Amino acid sequence: MYNQIMDTVRPQPGTLSRPWAGFAVAALLLLLTALPARAELVIQVTEGADRGIPIAVVPFAVSSGEEVPEEIATIIRNNLTMSGDFQLLEPGRMLSLPTFGDTLHYRDWRLLGQQFVMLGSLERQDDGRYVLEYELYDVSQQRRLIRSRATASRQQLRQMAHHVSNRVYETVTGIDGIFTTRLAFVTRTREGGDLLYRLRISDIDGVNPVTLLESDEPILSPDWSPDGKELVYVSFEGGRPGIYRQTIASGERERLTEFRGLNSAPVWSPDGKSLLMTLSKDGSADIYRMVLGSRNVEQLTRHWAINTEASWAPDGRSFVYTSDRSGSPQIYQMDRRSGDSKRLTFEGNYNASAQFSPDGKSLYFVHGRDRQFFIGMLDLESGNQRILHRTPTDEAPGIAPNGRLLIYVTRQGNSRSLELTTTDGRSQFRLPIEHEGIRDPAWSPLP
Amino acid sequence: MKTMNLRFLVMLLLLAFVAGCSTTDTQDDAGLTDEEAAAQAEERAARSRAFGAGSGDGISDEDLSQEERAARDARRAAEEGEDLRQERVIYFDFDSAEIKRESRAVLEAHAAYLNSNGNASVTLQGHTDERGTKEYNLALGERRAEAVKQFLVVNDVRRGQIETVSYGEERPVNESSSEEAYSENRRVEIDYN
Repeated sequence: MYNQIMDTVRPQPGTLSRPWAGFAVAALLLLLTALPARAELVIQVTEGADRGIPIAVVPFAVSSGEEVPEEIATIIRNNLTMSGDFQLLEPGRMLSLPTFGDTLHYRDWRLLGQQFVMLGSLERQDDGRYVLEYELYDVSQQRRLIRSRATASRQQLRQMAHHVSNRVYETVTGIDGIFTTRLAFVTRTREGGDLLYRLRISDIDGVNPVTLLESDEPILSPDWSPDGKELVYVSFEGGRPGIYRQTIASGERERLTEFRGLNSAPVWSPDGKSLLMTLSKDGSADIYRMVLGSRNVEQLTRHWAINTEASWAPDGRSFVYTSDRSGSPQIYQMDRRSGDSKRLTFEGNYNASAQFSPDGKSLYFVHGRDRQFFIGMLDLESGNQRILHRTPTDEAPGIAPNGRLLIYVTRQGNSRSLELTTTDGRSQFRLPIEHEGIRDPAWSPLP
Repeated sequence: MKTMNLRFLVMLLLLAFVAGCSTTDTQDDAGLTDEEAAAQAEERAARSRAFGAGSGDGISDEDLSQEERAARDARRAAEEGEDLRQERVIYFDFDSAEIKRESRAVLEAHAAYLNSNGNASVTLQGHTDERGTKEYNLALGERRAEAVKQFLVVNDVRRGQIETVSYGEERPVNESSSEEAYSENRRVEIDYN
């Protein structure tokens, strides 16, 4: 009956597994400890707050006199909120605050319309590590679903909260949790009169940013390798664009291209062995494929118009791209075997930067009408095209690897913030973390 | 009598006022000192010559020989060209790389200079406004730079003298989000190396 599972927090992918990663990790940890303990900001639901599975995450018990550097329960609540699949009960409305199962009264939670209740207690051990014991209960079945213990160092507490969020999310929904994934993005700020670009990665909630590259020339279009260990991106360092590949843990990088003209829009193939990219070395902008082993490039589109922003189908048999051969940018799909292209979008005079959903059934892209830009969605089976939601944005969104969320940047005047929308377009959330001049968000694969 | 005199005076004053007004009006019409007027006439002439310079169908002048005309045209073109070449930015319409009519004279002046100064070279920087996707805008900026390059090549500039680079929407001159800012940002900058 009593089934205790020992959770251990895994190190971030690709960091501790290699000997040369030591320095990068040390630098990261130094950065984290330097951060003061702060009150966790609560995620803002901008639309669709009343949807989702009702769940109560009861404030965790903390051993008395203990200063806790992170509000674990609030991080978990934020995560479950931004998944779009849960509706969180505010702690102020709870009738009782049990901290372990023996004191849980199902009736209290039924009265509040809750389907699941999570309890926990956090304790600091003599060795300085923290132990979180947590439980998840199904109210209508009157059944315990999880009883577990997670251990983490002080620096790993946030990661632990994300890990525990994944377990709760996956137990209830049966879908992969995305709370330990990461975000790559670019910031552009003005410092001392000059523009400064930074390529950064952070946790998926925007916390714990780490800078991978800093330049006074543009950086854009980061894309994660399928194993989540590397990024490709475009950098204009030296005054001309080149496509670069960088290992995240070590910071090691190499320039892959520096052709005459465009070197842009690099994306990894699903098998990680090649890139699609946009070059104009032979005339107009066309899609090319570079095999990473040999560095050979092969031209895939051949058209006088602009052809750019390629993105693979998950099965690797085709890719989509943007072309203005019809007179305005529209989405096309090229079959790899036949080399034939067909046009996919017909509504609106600006459809660009399409990406496949992880199941390959739909496309998300930037849709413009009347010079306003939104996230558009195309159901590939029915051919139906619609605006996913109405917050203006003209950047390609990052797609969660579980296919449930899109992340994008919205602008109000000169300030920019990260927002999430569920892929059904019904709920939107604004992340409380701000990164000045943020742009180009890219969502990592699952670790 | 007193009243008559007064009426007369008032009328005189009114007349004087109206006359004064009309004089001021004529002056306003011209609105210029002699020097200014001359400068404006010169500017107009310069502008009209500039438009004619590249088309080759200016008003014929029978009193001058063909050689004399050519020499005069060349001299004038050089003078005007210097002024026109001060203009280093070419502007474009939304999602367009078409060179506008009003940009032709400036580009012709740059072409003439590059043509007669074989060692000079330029980098054409293509830019877009912030609307639309970044990668498409990179391609659009490149297309704008290439359109300018093509114009120069057609006007006898060697390809080797011209480099192009597109920054897309990454290097705005005006960072605000307004139609005015957008039109300032949709541009090709001509940089002499």
